[in-house]
Amino acid sequence: MDMQELVAPFSRLLQDICSPAAVREVERGESQAAMWQAFEDSGFLDALVDEEAGGAGLSLAEAAPLIALLGYNAVPLPVGDTMIARALFARKGDQMPQGPIVLAGGATFTPFARVARHVLAGSPEDPILVGSHESCPPAPSLRPLAAVLRALLISGAADRVMELTTAFANERSQFGKPIGKQQAVQQQLAILAEQAVAARIAAGIGARGGLYPQAAIAAIAKHGASCAAVRISAIAHAVHGAIGISEEFDLQLLTRRLHEWRLADGSESYWAGVLGAARTSAGPMASADFIRFAQGAAAEKQVGAVS
Amino acid sequence: MRVFEDLVLSSLPAEDEALRPEIRALIADTISQLPTDVRARSWQGFDAAFSRKLGRAGFVGLSLPKEYGGAGRGPFTRFVIVEELLSAGAPVAGHWIADRQSGPLILHFGTEEQRQFYLPRIASGEALFCIGMSEPGSGSDLASVRTRAEPQDDSGWLLNGQKIWTTNALHSDYMIALVRTSGSSTDRQQGLSQVIVDLKLPGVSVRPIVDLTGDAHFAEVFFEDVRLAPDALVGEEGQGWRQVTAELAFERSGPERIYSSVVLLDAWTRHVEEQARKDEATVRLLGGLTARLAVLREMSLAVTARLAAGESPVVEASLMKDLGTSFEQDVPELVGDDLASHPDEPIAAELHRALLYVTQIAPSFSLRGGTREILRGIIARGLGLR
Repeated sequence: MDMQELVAPFSRLLQDICSPAAVREVERGESQAAMWQAFEDSGFLDALVDEEAGGAGLSLAEAAPLIALLGYNAVPLPVGDTMIARALFARKGDQMPQGPIVLAGGATFTPFARVARHVLAGSPEDPILVGSHESCPPAPSLRPLAAVLRALLISGAADRVMELTTAFANERSQFGKPIGKQQAVQQQLAILAEQAVAARIAAGIGARGGLYPQAAIAAIAKHGASCAAVRISAIAHAVHGAIGISEEFDLQLLTRRLHEWRLADGSESYWAGVLGAARTSAGPMASADFIRFAQGAAAEKQVGAVS
Repeated sequence: MRVFEDLVLSSLPAEDEALRPEIRALIADTISQLPTDVRARSWQGFDAAFSRKLGRAGFVGLSLPKEYGGAGRGPFTRFVIVEELLSAGAPVAGHWIADRQSGPLILHFGTEEQRQFYLPRIASGEALFCIGMSEPGSGSDLASVRTRAEPQDDSGWLLNGQKIWTTNALHSDYMIALVRTSGSSTDRQQGLSQVIVDLKLPGVSVRPIVDLTGDAHFAEVFFEDVRLAPDALVGEEGQGWRQVTAELAFERSGPERIYSSVVLLDAWTRHVEEQARKDEATVRLLGGLTARLAVLREMSLAVTARLAAGESPVVEASLMKDLGTSFEQDVPELVGDDLASHPDEPIAAELHRALLYVTQIAPSFSLRGGTREILRGIIARGLGLR
């Protein structure tokens, strides 16, 4: 399938229903029903559901640009979470649950918890739903998948922050010229671009691990995206000056999410520990070999899970 | 719109992955006995015999066409070979520059005669090249080079000037130099050309520059009335800037920009395994460095894919190099901090020497091939800010 056939309409849909004003309404606690219904009607919630179960049958790697667009548009509902949850339920042969679902890979820092109807618990192979107001048992086996999802969301938000900040630097004048002409600002924006690309590549490594990612794959993805999230947010705000932290300016819709997703489902240090442990238990191996080994092993697992 | 959206995940073709056992056997055969601190010099390790051995085995100039002695393979092949060589700490300096830059440059811009003369020699590991870009007064500001090649009546050239910081000029056969062939240094990018200089010609003198580790890889090269034949010119007169820009994309994109410290990283990893250190700080440091390297490797592959597609990913390569060299510089800092924060733990002398070497040479990682600030300027231009 040509992914552009899906990406372009999804992007238009998000621009229509998730304008900054609409995002703020949901964040203020006003009704999310219309926005959610639009996602239901679009069919995109079943993008990852296998075709024989009525979905679009995309792999996580194929759906990665769609999930990144959710981050890019600061979508205030757990759309990516729900896409994944529906795919897992469909594979188990269970009936498709309705309403927004969040993946909770930890006991705290769960994004979208306030606007979800259900929390996904259990494991990727055996998912169960818990009411969002019930106490939810921690589901560490869901954490790698949830972490890859956050990495993808971070990569999308990073692209939007990059765009907003570059545009601002070209418009905002100080000392008689756009601040983007100042070398010091250019150097900062170059770092921002590097980090945005790093986040995208890291998230892409995670997405390649599919719906049952190995911990090592998730660790590479989430470590990279979380590290990038911190730096991207800091540079964007530094370049924007005081206006950037005002509520009315759209930048904060993105940077608040960067921080939220960085903390969700394990921060960079958590995942560094996971990868370090995986490496230690793999036995003596050169770095380059371990990196290839970790990703190769995950690819085999993905194939096994699909067949 | 995504930033640099052409940079996407790629993967190594199976036929390139398949080269690993063979190159590994050759490496094991040759350098497995070298101590860690010698292997840590990999980039700077000059061993002409090793380079010739690699060339005879068909591992140099792999991306050159078969009719010129190459293997007709692409940038992905080179990625695998370089990854294996640097991971093992093999001495690559001899053939390195010819393999990566001079060969492709002559292939793209040279005349048929130049291709037939130089490329087979490069591929067999016999012709070793260095690159003459920096000069006193023009390091990052390459457009201001003043070394001149004056056109002569016999349509040859008369070369005068000086290059500096030229890696391995002492041991090389040829230099490809960026020189001024018309106008003056105030004309900036205009009037620059690339010439091949046989370093044995009368009027060429090479003086080593000893670095802070006691090694002498850099050199100053002086040209006094050096007579160059008409065919010394590579590519078009006056197009040197465009050619150099394309060449730098080769220089900046490869895995060499992420693996300079990997021998140290791996030696430290073995050390903490031997010490059975499993505390949280150690495990996180190991995991964090590994995770960063994994992302950088994938990014380098993504840039390699652009090269394989026949593009000249100048901005992407700059981005890759800046991130890659930051990692390379963080390794000795973090490994040094770790080792020295365990003052009661003995460390092997080789690891100690490797740490000191990499720590001292690390500032060069973000200088060679374009400084951090210049690279970020290129990225800013790519973002439309300049």
